[in-house]
Amino acid sequence: MIRDLFVQGAQMLLVLAVAPLVTGLARSLKARLLRRQGPPLLQPYRDLVRLLRKEATLAHNASWLFRATPYLVFSATWIAAALVPTFAAGMIFSWSADLIAIVALLGGARFFLALAGMDVGTAFGGIGTSREVMIASLAEPALIMIVFTVALIAGSTQLSTITTFMASPDVGLRVSLGLALIALIMVALAENARMPIDNPATHLELTMVHEAMVLEYSGRHLALIELAASLKLIVYMSLIACVFLPWGVASATGDRNALLLGAALYLGKLVACSIALGIFEVTIAKLRVFRAPDFIGAALMLGLLATLLRFVSEGL
Amino acid sequence: MASFEFASVMSLTASLASIAVLFSLCVLALAALRLKAASALIYLSCFVASAALLVSGATHLFRGSAPEALTLALGLPWLGAHFRLDALSSVFLVILNLGSASACVFAVGYGRHEHARGRVLPFFPVFLAAMNLVVLAADAFTFLVSWEFMSLSSWALVMAHHREPENAHAGYVYILMASLGTVALLLAFGVLAGATGAYDFASIRATPPAPLAAALVLALVLVGAGSKAGLAPLHVWLPLAHPAAPSHVSALMSGVMTKVAVYGFIRVMFDLIGAPQWWWGLVVLVAGGLTAVLGVLFALIQTDLKRVLAYSTIENIGFIFVGLGLALAFEANGLPAAAALAFTAALFHAFNHTLFKSLLFFGSGAVLNATGSRDMEKQGGLIHRMPVTAFAFLVGCAAISALPPLNGFASEWLTLQAILWSPQLEEWPLKILTPGVGGLLALSAALAGACFVRAFGVVFLGRPRSREAAEAREVDPWSLAAMGALAAMCLIVGLLPGFVIDALAPATQAAVGAQMSAQAEIPWLSIVPIAESRSSYNGLLVFAFIVSSMTIAALTIHWLASRALRRTPAWDCGFPDANPITQYGAGSVAQPIRRVFGDFVFRAVEHVEMPPPGSTAPARFRVEVRDRLWDALYKPISGFISYASEKLNYLQFLTIRSYLSFVFASLVILLLALALWPQ
Repeated sequence: MIRDLFVQGAQMLLVLAVAPLVTGLARSLKARLLRRQGPPLLQPYRDLVRLLRKEATLAHNASWLFRATPYLVFSATWIAAALVPTFAAGMIFSWSADLIAIVALLGGARFFLALAGMDVGTAFGGIGTSREVMIASLAEPALIMIVFTVALIAGSTQLSTITTFMASPDVGLRVSLGLALIALIMVALAENARMPIDNPATHLELTMVHEAMVLEYSGRHLALIELAASLKLIVYMSLIACVFLPWGVASATGDRNALLLGAALYLGKLVACSIALGIFEVTIAKLRVFRAPDFIGAALMLGLLATLLRFVSEGL
Repeated sequence: MASFEFASVMSLTASLASIAVLFSLCVLALAALRLKAASALIYLSCFVASAALLVSGATHLFRGSAPEALTLALGLPWLGAHFRLDALSSVFLVILNLGSASACVFAVGYGRHEHARGRVLPFFPVFLAAMNLVVLAADAFTFLVSWEFMSLSSWALVMAHHREPENAHAGYVYILMASLGTVALLLAFGVLAGATGAYDFASIRATPPAPLAAALVLALVLVGAGSKAGLAPLHVWLPLAHPAAPSHVSALMSGVMTKVAVYGFIRVMFDLIGAPQWWWGLVVLVAGGLTAVLGVLFALIQTDLKRVLAYSTIENIGFIFVGLGLALAFEANGLPAAAALAFTAALFHAFNHTLFKSLLFFGSGAVLNATGSRDMEKQGGLIHRMPVTAFAFLVGCAAISALPPLNGFASEWLTLQAILWSPQLEEWPLKILTPGVGGLLALSAALAGACFVRAFGVVFLGRPRSREAAEAREVDPWSLAAMGALAAMCLIVGLLPGFVIDALAPATQAAVGAQMSAQAEIPWLSIVPIAESRSSYNGLLVFAFIVSSMTIAALTIHWLASRALRRTPAWDCGFPDANPITQYGAGSVAQPIRRVFGDFVFRAVEHVEMPPPGSTAPARFRVEVRDRLWDALYKPISGFISYASEKLNYLQFLTIRSYLSFVFASLVILLLALALWPQ
């Protein structure tokens, strides 16, 4: 029992600790690929510390919701990150929320962030909110369809069971899994405000979505939101890793060496994902906002197709 | 012996007595109309009667009593009035009276501002009584009379403020659709009763109809109950009529009356008609999925707060019908465990919808009282002026958007789990269409989130868009108590869904012949629909995680980093504009989604009038949105009726000779037909 709790706690701290690093890695790599020197790898940590120390400024008419949202968004994302298997599957609390609940937790974080965008009553906050909910209203069903596909293949919506099943030789090569993987990557890009949907580096107001929504935040509130955004990125990377790259994921009740090996492999997967993300982002241009639905709609269709294939045949 | 007999029908007798009290309250309301305290008196008495009905329903349900039946010497002399209280009735009795009781409490405060008391107070108790009678009726005649009482009393309440121009139109469309629905149900019961004409439910149950007749009954019940519930394409009256009524009645119509319609559908399709065919499930499933998406898309673009809520009711009804359709399909395929899961999900969602939709309508009523307008473009910043209402409304918005750990998530989660069973269905059309319906459900759930971000954000957040909103005052304690109680229930039910699932088990057992395994015994109060390796969810634990990690984060940051705070003007990238109309409003928040779905669903046309340079005329922007279903289905019908009546009009002005020749000709034709009729 104590050991189980310790493993669970280790995962929560691990994702929290490496989340800014993943963001920093993708950022540095992008800069290098663009022939810029770029910020140091540890810059996101420094930014967080600096923001945490500063005083927070609030608009005169900001309500309690505006102040509570950063904490709510952070904790919902953190819990989602704690429930996705990273280095080990079958953690002590993994049964408390399945994959659908994890999707809904992330949806809850977005719900409150979108509300906070409207709280101060500025034009930019509203533009961010309205575009964010438009993107989310297509990305979330796409994600649910991917969940359906994976759940039907593994016979479970529990991520730990799915991971164990995916690592076993019963999986085989399936068309529906391939479609689901492509769709999941597209959704992950859209949900994390990445290219080609949103540009994480831009501060040109009319092209940004996520950044416009959190424009009024400062100090510790902004730090929490930035941390939550990094955590969300790592949730999606862990999700892709545990479903499609499940090798080396230890059992939470396994011995120490297996856990350490799992952790090392997990870090390796994160590095691989961030490198892939960095390379992808420099090779693609940002879409106009009203082209974004085409992109995410394609993900939705792929997800639907994958589910349909599973309904039609057990083998696909 | 006599006392024993009474004990066996105790809950039913108590329920019928409470209903009789409600009917008599109508007379009392008429008598006491001039008293100043009439409104409080009537609503409090209604509350007591609803509470009694709630208690008797709950007693029956939790005791697991055998069905109670009574026949009174009312109604048709050869039939009598049959009443029966079984598990299904008692579940709906609980759902109904939970909504009614909270509406009565809300109305004690809200009703004070009513200027047309004489048009509301007498009809309100009748409306409550009629809804309860529908649920208890056990013969077709009593059912239909109660159903019609329910329609007419709610129509009278919709017409309470009949001088507002839109309301008269709403009432007209409502009475037309309600009559259509009643006719359909009348015919459905006629087909069910068959040639023998046995109208009590026991005889109907004993003689299931032939396949063709059963298909006819399905179509008629979908029209009859579906039109009352708001199933597309019969939903057109709902977004007109529900918002037109006073807010506590809107809450009843949206939160409670639609559930009576769902009850009617369940009673016929799961009880009276016998074993289902697989394709019934398909029809219901597809209708539900389309209704859900259509409802929420229209909810997203409305600017009238109450109309947003009415359209969102259509969405939730779609959700419920998807659950029911799945249950029919599973039952027909001999998968009772899956049918029990789908049916439980549908009932659970009906229960949840009553809680949060009543709450949201109360909130909209409070806003209407405080600012005098339902128009979202005139609100804003109410979270500062009405903090308690805002908090309760926020809980309702989060619950209806299916955010964990609130109640809406639990039932939508169960529905999705039921969809994951559906590859086991045998028939190809079901196999191919069910994932599509799953996608529609996921889409509508996500759009519902967007819809309620917009509703809460525009009304309660930001800066006030009108003087009334800037000077709004918090509403009275009665209204706040009703909203607070419902918000608390949304949370509690979300944290402990297992108890609700267990309470629904007897009704599920009666309807589909199986029930979900007992949830209350599962450790940590999780819910596990099938097996723990397959799926499980624990709202309590998720809530505890969120609260504790929020607390840890807040304490750590305040202790280790900084807790300094400064109030400044808004930043807004350096261009803050003092005019509140520069905020995003109801129309602009919906604009991206309207554009995405615009051509296909709404046929939205944007008109831009841009004056030439130098002109001082204002630029104008107008959006025209049309309901395609209205154009495709209702326009031709109403066009045909006016065409036909115009053509037939000339028959009114003939000479007596022409009339006599018409009579003669028709007599000859009828006799000829009779003579030539094959024996």
